[in-house]
Amino acid sequence: MIRTLSFDAPSWDRCEIMRYARIRGANNSYDSLIDDCIRESEPLLTYRLCYTVLPVNTDGSIMIGNERVASQTIGKAIRDSKQVILFAATVGAPFDRLIARYSRVEPSKALILQAIGAERIESLCDAFCDQMNTELNDTGKRLTRRVSPGYGDIPLRLQKEIFAVLDCPRKIGLTLDKSLLMSPSKSVTAIAGITNECEEQADKCAACDKTDCAYRK
Amino acid sequence: MNFKEYLQQNIVILDGGMGTLLQERGLQPGEQPERWNLSHPEDITAIHKAYFDNGSNVVNTNTFGANLLHYDEAELTEVIRAAVANAQQARELSKAPQEKFIALDIGPTGRLLKPLGDLDFEEAVAVFAKTVQIGADCGVDLVMIETMNDSYETKAALLAVKENCDLPVIVSNAYTDKGKLMTGASPAAMTAMLESMGADAIGVNCSFGPDKLQPIVEEYLRCASIPVILKANAGMPTNVGGKTLYNILPPSFADITARMVQKGVRVVGGCCGTTPDYIGELCNKIKAFAPDRAERIIKKNTTVISSYTEAVTFSDDPVLIGERINPTGKKRLKEALRNNELDYILSEGLKQQSAGAQVLDVNVGLPEIDEPAMLTKVVYELQAIIDLPLQIDTSDPVAMESALRIYNGKPLLNSVNGKQESMDAIFPLMKKYGGTAIALMLDENGIPDTVEGRVAIAKKIIDTAASYGIDKKDLVFDTLAMAVSADNNAAKVTLGSLNIIRHQLGAHTSLGVSNISFGLPQRDIVNATFFALALENGLSAAIMNPFSAEMMKTFYAYRVLKGLDENCSDYIAFADTVQNNIIIGEKAAGGKVDEQLTLHGAVTKGLKEPAAKLCKELLKTIEPLTIVNEHIIPALDEVGRDYEQGRVYLPGLLMSAEAAKCAFEEIKATMSDSGGKTKCAFVIATVHGDIHDIGKNIVKLLLENYGFAVSDLGKDVAPEVIVEETVRLHAPLVGLSALMTTTVPAMEETIRQLRVAAPWAKIVVGGAVMTKEYAASIGADQYAKDAMDTVRYAETVNGEL
Repeated sequence: MIRTLSFDAPSWDRCEIMRYARIRGANNSYDSLIDDCIRESEPLLTYRLCYTVLPVNTDGSIMIGNERVASQTIGKAIRDSKQVILFAATVGAPFDRLIARYSRVEPSKALILQAIGAERIESLCDAFCDQMNTELNDTGKRLTRRVSPGYGDIPLRLQKEIFAVLDCPRKIGLTLDKSLLMSPSKSVTAIAGITNECEEQADKCAACDKTDCAYRK
Repeated sequence: MNFKEYLQQNIVILDGGMGTLLQERGLQPGEQPERWNLSHPEDITAIHKAYFDNGSNVVNTNTFGANLLHYDEAELTEVIRAAVANAQQARELSKAPQEKFIALDIGPTGRLLKPLGDLDFEEAVAVFAKTVQIGADCGVDLVMIETMNDSYETKAALLAVKENCDLPVIVSNAYTDKGKLMTGASPAAMTAMLESMGADAIGVNCSFGPDKLQPIVEEYLRCASIPVILKANAGMPTNVGGKTLYNILPPSFADITARMVQKGVRVVGGCCGTTPDYIGELCNKIKAFAPDRAERIIKKNTTVISSYTEAVTFSDDPVLIGERINPTGKKRLKEALRNNELDYILSEGLKQQSAGAQVLDVNVGLPEIDEPAMLTKVVYELQAIIDLPLQIDTSDPVAMESALRIYNGKPLLNSVNGKQESMDAIFPLMKKYGGTAIALMLDENGIPDTVEGRVAIAKKIIDTAASYGIDKKDLVFDTLAMAVSADNNAAKVTLGSLNIIRHQLGAHTSLGVSNISFGLPQRDIVNATFFALALENGLSAAIMNPFSAEMMKTFYAYRVLKGLDENCSDYIAFADTVQNNIIIGEKAAGGKVDEQLTLHGAVTKGLKEPAAKLCKELLKTIEPLTIVNEHIIPALDEVGRDYEQGRVYLPGLLMSAEAAKCAFEEIKATMSDSGGKTKCAFVIATVHGDIHDIGKNIVKLLLENYGFAVSDLGKDVAPEVIVEETVRLHAPLVGLSALMTTTVPAMEETIRQLRVAAPWAKIVVGGAVMTKEYAASIGADQYAKDAMDTVRYAETVNGEL
C-alpha cells in the first residue's frame, strides 16, 4: 500500500540555509536577502510525501519493482533491518517557478532560494522520519538513517523503479525526466531501515564517506 | 442517444476505481495495468460489467497509462484495441437497462512539461494524439481525460483530442489539499481554459474523498457553464492487517456525492478505492431524488481569462493591462528583441507586475524579426515565470496561432475588428484554442466618427462571433481612444460608445488610454482625467503604462470612491508608496546619506537602485566608456578579488554584478546602438538533457558585466544548436554547463561536434559534477570552478585574439 501524506511547514533552520548557500560564517549582511526569499517562498511551498514498506530479503537485498537491489551503501545504512521504508518527498512545482524567475533576473536570490529548497526538502524528510519514529516507538522499533539513489553504490537508474513502485507522479506530482532528474527539483527519494536497535545513529554528514564535500558540517 | 445528448438532459453515472480492483486480482506494484487488457481480458471485462450492472452510464477503458511513452506503437495499438473490446464485451453482457457508453480513458504521461520538466508541449500533444487516434478507430463513444495534475499537460491532451476526433470529451483534474493542481492552477483558471477550448464537461477526480473535494467542486459550480464532474476516492487508504482499506464506506460516499449532485454536479463516479458497490449505492441515492430530466445548467456569462495558475475576471472592478512589452517607440526594447535578450523582456514583465498590472500585453512586431517565432518564444518564457495572464498582441494571424497554441491558459487576443477578413481569421483560432478577444470598433470603412457608427460595428462583431459559436462574453470592446488634439470631439465619441456598449449591449470594454493625448504636452495630465471619465462610463480594462504615477493615482482613487476597495486597503498601501517616493526623491535631491555613496561603492555593496541613479548622474558629465572602465569595472574587480580570496561569498558577488547590470542599463539607454564596444562573442548553454541553469545564468551575468557579447542559448540545448550558433557568430569562446553525471555524455558529444565544425573555439566547462580531470577527459580546453574563474579565462582568450 502506498500512503500519501501532507505536512505543515517544518520549522525553519537558517543555519542550514546558510550552509547550503555556502555563506556559513558570513556576517548579517545577507539577512534581509534571506528574509525576502523566505517570505516569497512560504506561500508557494507544499510538503508532500508518499511511502511504502518493503521487506528485506534474507540475503540483505531488496526488491524494488523489477530490480533486486543489493547495495553495500543501503546495507550499511539499514544494518539488520527486516523491513525498509521507501519514500518520495517534494516541496512542489510552484517553488521551482520562483527559482526559475529569479534565476533569469536576479541570480543572487535564485542562489538563496536554491538553498532554501534544499533546507526545506531535508526538513520535510526529517519531519517524516520523526513522525515514523513516533509511530514505531510503541513497537520498540525506529528508523535508521536514510540513503538515496546516487549515494555511494546506489545507482541513479533505481529511480525508475522507485517512481513506478510509489506511483510518484499521481501521488505527489513528482516526475522523472529522461536524464533521471526529478521535477519538481526540490525532491528526495530515500530508503530507511526499520530496526530494533534503539541507539540513535550518527549525524547524516558524519556517516558519509565523502569527506571532501563542500557542504560537510 | 449519443453521449452529448444524454449529457445535456441527464445526470451521468461514471464508473469507479480500476487500479485498486486489479491489485486485488494480483496486479503487482509497478506492473503496467494496461497489459492486463491482453493477459487478463476476462478480469477486465468482469470489472467493467460489474460497473454497468450497478448502474454506470460510462465505463472508462483500462488505458490510463496507454501512451507512446510507455509502449511502442505496435503494442500500444494492441493494448488499446483489447481495452476497448473488453469494455464493449462488458456492455454486451450487462443486462442493466440504463444508457451505456464507453470512454477512452487518458491519464497523465507521468512526465512534467517544459519548462518545469523536459517533455516538449508538441511532443506531449503527439503522444496523446496517437492514443486518441487508435481509441477513436475502435469506436469509443467519448474520451475522458482524467487525473491530470498540470494545466499545460491537460491542454496538450485536450488539444490532441480536438485535433484527432469529433468525439465528446470530458476532462477532470486532480487537486492537492491546497485546492490547486500540483503545478499551481486554481479551479477557476482550469474552468476558464477548458471551457473555452470546448470541453463537454469538466471537474475533479482522485485526490481525496468527496468530503474534502467539496470546496473545489463548489468552485467549479460557481464558474462553469458546462456540466461539472465529481469522481472522488473512497477517502484515504489505511492498512488493516496487511489489507488496504479506504475510510469512506459506500453509504457515506454515496451520501456526500449525491448531496453535491443536488448542488448542481452532473457527472459522478468514483476513483481510487471505490468499487461497483459504491456506484450501486450512489445510483440508488441519486434515483431517490433526481427528476427524470436534469435541470439546464445556468450560463455564468463571466468574461474571464487565465494564466498558468490564476484566472482574471472582468467586472466593475477595472483590470490593468500593462502595455510596456511593445517595441513601438522603445529603443531599448527594440534592441533587446533584435539581440534576443529575453531576460530584459522578462524583467520588463516582472516590473509591470510589481507596479500593479494584472495582465501583460505582448507585442514583438518589428520589421526585421521573425514575428511568429519571437512571439511564441516570448510568450513561452514569460509564462514560465509570471503568473499574470497574457494579451497576445499581433496583426499576423500566423504569429497569433503559434502563440495561442503554446499559451498555457485562456489568453486575451489583441485583436479582432469589424473587417470580415479579420473576423474570419481570428474567430476560428479562438474557437480552437480558447480565448477572449479585444474587438476594435473599425471595419472596411475605417473608424466611424459617431457613437452610432461604432456601436453598429460592435453589434456586427457580436453577430459574426455568434455564427462561429463564440459568445459575447468572450469579446471585450475597444471603442478606440483617438487623439483629441486632432479632433476636439474624439473623447466624446469614444466615451459615448463605451457607455452604450457596457450598459446597453452588456459587454465588457477596454481602451488604449494614452492614445487620447497624442500630440499634446504633459500627456499624463490628460490621460489620467480621460481614464477617470472612461472608468465612470463603464471601462472594464485599461491598456496602459503601469509606471505612470498619474494613471495609478486615478486607478486607486476610483476604486476607493466606487466602493471596490474594501477598507480602502489597496489605496492605503498605494499611498504609502507615493509617500516613500517623495522621501526618496528628497533624499536624492540633497540628502546627506547618499552623498557619501559613489557608483563604485554602490556596486561593491550590491545596491541596485542607487547604482542606477548614480550612474545616471555621472552620465551627465562623464563619457559612458570612462564610467565603465574607471568606475564599474574596478568595483567589479575588487569584489571579484575578494570573492576569490574568500572575503566575499557568492551571493555578495552576484548582488554586485546585479547592481553593475543596473548601471549598465543606464549606460545602454544613453549610448547609440553601435556605441557599446564589447569583447568577443561567448556562446553559453546548459547541455542537452539538463534543465538546471542557475550556474550558467550566474556565469552569463558576470561575463556581460565584463563586456563579453554573450549569446545565451538557455538550458537543455541540443549539440547541433550550440554548434550552429558558434559557427554563425564565429565565436572564439563556448561555455558549457552540466549539473548531473547523466548529462555529461551530452557535454562530451557537444565538444566532439564543436571540434569538427568550429575548431577555432575554446571550450570552457563547469557545473556541479565537473572536475579538472573530468573536463580534460571529455576534451574541454578549460575547467572553470566558478563564475569568476570563467571570466578570468575568457579575458585571457580575448586578450590573445
